[in-house]
Amino acid sequence: MSEMSVDGSKRRFLVAMSSAMGGVAVVGAALPFVASMMPSARALAAGAPVEVDVSRLEPGMLLTVEWRGKPVWIVHRTPEMLDLLGKHDDRLTDPGAETTSQQPDYCKNPTRSINPKYLVAVGICTHLGCSPTFRKEVGPADLGADWPGGFFCPCHGSRFDLAARVFAGSPAPSNLVIPPHKYLSDTKLLIGEDQKTA
Amino acid sequence: MEKVINWLDARFPLTASFKAHLSEYYAPKNFNFWYYFGSLALLVLVIQIVSGIFLAMHYKPDGDMAFASVEYIMRDVPFGWLIRYMHSTGASAFFIVVYLHMFRGLLYGSYRQPRELIWIFGMLIYLMLMAEAFMGYLLPWGQMSFWGAQVIINLFAAVPFIGNDLSELIRGDFVVGDATLNRFFALHIVALPLVLVGLIAAHVIALHEVGSNNPDGIDIKKHKDPKTHLPLDGIPFHPYYTVKDILGVVVFLIVFTTIVFFAPDMGGYFLEANNFVPADPLKTPAHIAPVWYFTPYYAVLRAVPPMFGSQFPGVVAMGVAVMIFFALPWLDKSPVKSIRYRGPRYKIALALFVLAFLGLGWLGILPATTLYTWVARVLSVIYFAFFLLMPWYTRHDSHKKEPQRVTDQ
Repeated sequence: MSEMSVDGSKRRFLVAMSSAMGGVAVVGAALPFVASMMPSARALAAGAPVEVDVSRLEPGMLLTVEWRGKPVWIVHRTPEMLDLLGKHDDRLTDPGAETTSQQPDYCKNPTRSINPKYLVAVGICTHLGCSPTFRKEVGPADLGADWPGGFFCPCHGSRFDLAARVFAGSPAPSNLVIPPHKYLSDTKLLIGEDQKTA
Repeated sequence: MEKVINWLDARFPLTASFKAHLSEYYAPKNFNFWYYFGSLALLVLVIQIVSGIFLAMHYKPDGDMAFASVEYIMRDVPFGWLIRYMHSTGASAFFIVVYLHMFRGLLYGSYRQPRELIWIFGMLIYLMLMAEAFMGYLLPWGQMSFWGAQVIINLFAAVPFIGNDLSELIRGDFVVGDATLNRFFALHIVALPLVLVGLIAAHVIALHEVGSNNPDGIDIKKHKDPKTHLPLDGIPFHPYYTVKDILGVVVFLIVFTTIVFFAPDMGGYFLEANNFVPADPLKTPAHIAPVWYFTPYYAVLRAVPPMFGSQFPGVVAMGVAVMIFFALPWLDKSPVKSIRYRGPRYKIALALFVLAFLGLGWLGILPATTLYTWVARVLSVIYFAFFLLMPWYTRHDSHKKEPQRVTDQ
């Protein structure tokens, strides 16, 4: 009769092993379906790095390019603009660009740039996502005599200087984001890719 | 755990349903190979629903975008090719398992009293499946999608008096166009799947009400244990047949995934070559044939010559060829159900019918020539004779005596 009796522990072991294998199979079958919901090759291509030629960008002018569906500004800063940048640190929230999430390490400097001549920044206000307006003139009537030139957000009045640093008292909590970028030559920029990721 | 189950059972018949349909549903103990295909059909349904939902996340039901969106799924969506090939292979797999499932019914008389309603629900599922497959085939918006739909919809135009209005109603346009694609999409992904799931529930509920047939075609409820009142030849569906069906699932998935990965177009039978060309209303492909699962009926359609200046008789013949299955429970007059105890007449008739069905299926793929048309006519006559002569040859057949108890072990 011992041959006929049920070996409970062997049965439990077999049930557990088959259930585990079944679980592995279900997870394996689910993976392609979950993966299909990730950004497709088309979405990834749309988010690919953008090459920009800045050789024809006049001093003091702004060029807007699209990267991952967002506006990216490139400003050719004149020596006068760069001079003014150092004169209002006391009115800024983060003059030294200490908040690491807002720019790559190589732009963690007062001009927030690799080459101080060119500012590259994502033109999306860190408050609620509007795109600020480029206001390069110094001391216009509507922005006050102490306006050194910069960006003004029309939605809620946030103010940024020409290094995309936020002025204290603005609704925006932090400086504008500097995207990863690198110089391919003196006047060719690649936005979206830097030395690290290349 | 037990407390949770008690809480649920006080509010919902959870344990009761599990017992009624699985652990205490007594199925005959002599099920054989042919009894795999019901559960496999359910598996394919799940594959089609899941893969279909994920395809619908990327597909665009628009005349200008549909073809490109399918190519987008194939090339750009991560694993999109896999999901699409699962869905297209699943369509053919569905018909393979359903045809084998139906053949099992013919072998063992599963449609006979008291299971007529199960058979009718099953036939309605088959009809819905055909509609589902036909509308789904339009969605890739290739040449074969377009011209296949054009031909099938024009069958309705052959109906006397109302035909033209009817086909315009179906298309929503004077030709197969964006409106047709859009409504087929709605029917394919919402309306017909809902109907299918409802019919499948009815099919299974009706089956569990009267109990499963078996290869001997005898009633296992006639011999019950006097103490437990359980059929002596029955075993609980769970765990015995759930485990058996899992083996079937494993073998099926080996075959299914092999096709999905290595031969998703199956040499042009599962996915036709012309469907890799975008739909062009101005240019018909040189040879158009429906997908393989429709070809037997397509051959019947082509075998009937136009009469009185109308192709309507062929359309009727094709429709009757499908619908005549509904009458099977009332055409069969044999005193026994299973082929094991039937006489030679039914066996020969069934063999001829299978040959006719396969032969028509083969001819439906080929271009119509004079010779092939005549062969198709002969096979069509055999096809219909199987049904129409059934009351006669089943009544006058020499059957063997059925056993009292099931015979395999």
